[in-house]
Amino acid sequence: MPAESMATPEKSYLEDGGRFRGLFSWIFTTDHKRIGILYLTSVFSFFAIGVILGLLMRLSLIEPGRFMSERTYNSLFTVHGVIQIFLFIIPGIPASFGNFFLPIHLGARDVAFPRLNIFSWWLYITGGAILILSIFLPGGAPDTGWTFYAPYSIRTTSNVSLAASGIFIVGFSSILTGLNFVTTIHRMRAPGMKWFRMPLFIWSLYATAWTQILATPVLAITLLLLILERSFGIGFFEPLKGGDPIMFEHLFWMYSHPAVYIMILPAMGVVSEIFPVFSRKNIFGYKAVAFSSLGIAFFGYLVWGHHMFTSGMSDISRVIFSLITFLVAVPSGIKVFNWIATMYKGSVRVDSPLLFCLAFIFLFSIAGLTGLIIGTLSLNLYLHGTYFIVGHFHYTMFGGAGFGFFAGLHYWFPKMFGRMFNERAAKTAWFIMFIGFNILYFSMFLLGLQGMPRRYFQYLPQFRTNHILSTIGSWILALGLLIMFGNLIRALFRGEKAPANPWGGSTLEWTLPSPPSRENFRETPVVKGGPYTFG
Amino acid sequence: MTEAAVPQHGLTSRLYLLVWIVLVALTAATVAVARMNVTAFAALISIGIATVKAGLVLVFFMHLKHEPLILKVMLGIALLALSLIILLTFSDVWYRWGAHVHS
Amino acid sequence: MHKGEGSVDERHLDYAGAKMGMWIFLFTEILFFGGLFLLYSVYRMKYLAEFHSSAAELSVVLGTANTVILLTSSLFMALSIAFLRKGRRGLSLLFQLITIGLGLFFLVNKYFEWAEHIRQGIYPDSPVLLDMARGKIIFFSLYYVMTGLHGLHVLIGVTIIAVMAAFTRNETIGPLDFVKLENTGLYWHFVDIVWIYLFPLFYLIT
Repeated sequence: MPAESMATPEKSYLEDGGRFRGLFSWIFTTDHKRIGILYLTSVFSFFAIGVILGLLMRLSLIEPGRFMSERTYNSLFTVHGVIQIFLFIIPGIPASFGNFFLPIHLGARDVAFPRLNIFSWWLYITGGAILILSIFLPGGAPDTGWTFYAPYSIRTTSNVSLAASGIFIVGFSSILTGLNFVTTIHRMRAPGMKWFRMPLFIWSLYATAWTQILATPVLAITLLLLILERSFGIGFFEPLKGGDPIMFEHLFWMYSHPAVYIMILPAMGVVSEIFPVFSRKNIFGYKAVAFSSLGIAFFGYLVWGHHMFTSGMSDISRVIFSLITFLVAVPSGIKVFNWIATMYKGSVRVDSPLLFCLAFIFLFSIAGLTGLIIGTLSLNLYLHGTYFIVGHFHYTMFGGAGFGFFAGLHYWFPKMFGRMFNERAAKTAWFIMFIGFNILYFSMFLLGLQGMPRRYFQYLPQFRTNHILSTIGSWILALGLLIMFGNLIRALFRGEKAPANPWGGSTLEWTLPSPPSRENFRETPVVKGGPYTFG
Repeated sequence: MTEAAVPQHGLTSRLYLLVWIVLVALTAATVAVARMNVTAFAALISIGIATVKAGLVLVFFMHLKHEPLILKVMLGIALLALSLIILLTFSDVWYRWGAHVHS
Repeated sequence: MHKGEGSVDERHLDYAGAKMGMWIFLFTEILFFGGLFLLYSVYRMKYLAEFHSSAAELSVVLGTANTVILLTSSLFMALSIAFLRKGRRGLSLLFQLITIGLGLFFLVNKYFEWAEHIRQGIYPDSPVLLDMARGKIIFFSLYYVMTGLHGLHVLIGVTIIAVMAAFTRNETIGPLDFVKLENTGLYWHFVDIVWIYLFPLFYLIT
């Protein structure tokens, strides 16, 4: 560790705020690491709000009518979805870990456009604030579901326009982050950092960034049209004026399906970093994992129609979309096999980051396999709009992207903050979360198969047992989350000092002190080999 | 300032002027075609002419001609993405509405 | 294609990087307008006859004039970059001002065009329009939304060129540091290309 042996230790990025002091040294910074931390804090703050809303929904469902009105319940599932998707998972990994580690992984000083980078955080916060405002302003929180389907979203008197403008602005922030990352990866690689020497996390960010660039503008125009529809009555999605509500669904899912891959691909990148390190073995099939990220991004762009099998779209279209949906399973399967093959005959060290990765594989596999079930046209007609769908996407988004995020959080925590967390508490939290998660969401598969429709406030008596089970699961999961965040927050202040390379990783961030200095590298590194050097 | 940062290409004002003349001529042509009422192909011809015009602006005014290959590939990806979503949407609307339009 | 990063100063002059960023931004614009062009093509297929009869109500003369105006503004934009690079600051500034003038001219024409339709009672959700056939309602809504968003882009473009003109004047940009003007040009030409497609779709397909 050359940096540590220096006579005068450099100030870390946490101490060196640049031109400003105090809070301003954070919110006006252009340092990619500080921006990463800004995102990390804001993203998890919104996550906490989303979790509380979710817990309230589950609470209502053990005895409908006792805790809240129908109207409140409708707003709860809408705002829960909007926050968790647009303010937590989509910016989640790319904006926090991506900002922090992308330049370091490439051996660069910063991203290509540092000022644009802090600007996109400001957009994100502004959009998020507008969204939160829409909950409290007169008119009431949006009650359309996070999909904002027309024509109801045109007619409801709740604050849909305000929420939509909030998401529009957050979308702009997402686009700018993607633009920044693609340019950075093309232009700022250190000497010798060839494309196939980049860590796999970077490959997944690259694929994600392209999806952000090519899909998010479609959401922007869709939301803009929704706002214009509500304020000027343009009629594009209004059957009485010659419009077609199914076109709204097309435009909405043209973004929102690829968005699923914006959420999951970075998590896949995180676990691709962690498996080799904790198996002391090079990743199995580097190029296959790298290209499968691009493959997932490509196919993921072309399958939005599978959300619309019961919308009344044409039969031929439904068959085409069902077929392409199956193709996404191929690159996803390649990844899962390669992660497992990486561990095979490795010297596996079972620390908390790896445990979260193993949970990721388990939960993501269930998500993927149930995805094949509902991607099948005939089965979808039966399961569409039931709790089976809710179970499936929570396994994908929370079990996949969420657990991947937590894996990265434990893996990179020592590097980002220079402190070690309590490993035992981390493992306990992991165990409780894993149990709670499965009770909470597996019950939903059963409910869905029984025929329980999603978004309903009331239900028939035969669904009661599973609903109660699911709600108990939500409490267990919440307990696990509390322990995990409690442990990490405690470590911020009381944790032991972290060494430069606590896990024995081989990518460039581990050559820097923990936490890194403001300038990242004293001298631009010259890269001579691949990212994983375990043999 | 490095050499690569200032690509010295020989595009002169005369070339720009020439491109502009062609663009205006194509505009006149597309208006003329629309007036002639060649119903069947009118839309196709108009879009074709518009695409030629857009291409001229891209290649000369936007200097695409002198940009590195990677930028052209990226533009191709963006246009491919747009074409694919239009194509897939038409797999729905064509078979949903096409029937009544053409019967 | 790969060029390592040098000192901080050098990084700020990564012209290829700056241009790549701008082009990627334009890709997002392509997809943004793409959503509208998709809606246009879908509804045109559904309401072919109404689209034809509605298009006949637009003024081909004004549309053609505006097309030529924007094409000409693109010419001056391109010229202003070429002259800035040759070090002819004054001419470059003049051409930027002409570009701004033409952009404003375009918007004025657009204003008169919209005002005429609105005078006839044709605007989204108006009683007159709602009485018409459904295809007509959609055609005119598309017309207002697409030309409106395009007009907004023209306005943004004019504003940015005005800033560039100020930069040219106070020598913030010059023959050695012209990428800001070049990126502005890319944006302006893109706005021109959008109009190149809007013109036949709304004015000529009759």
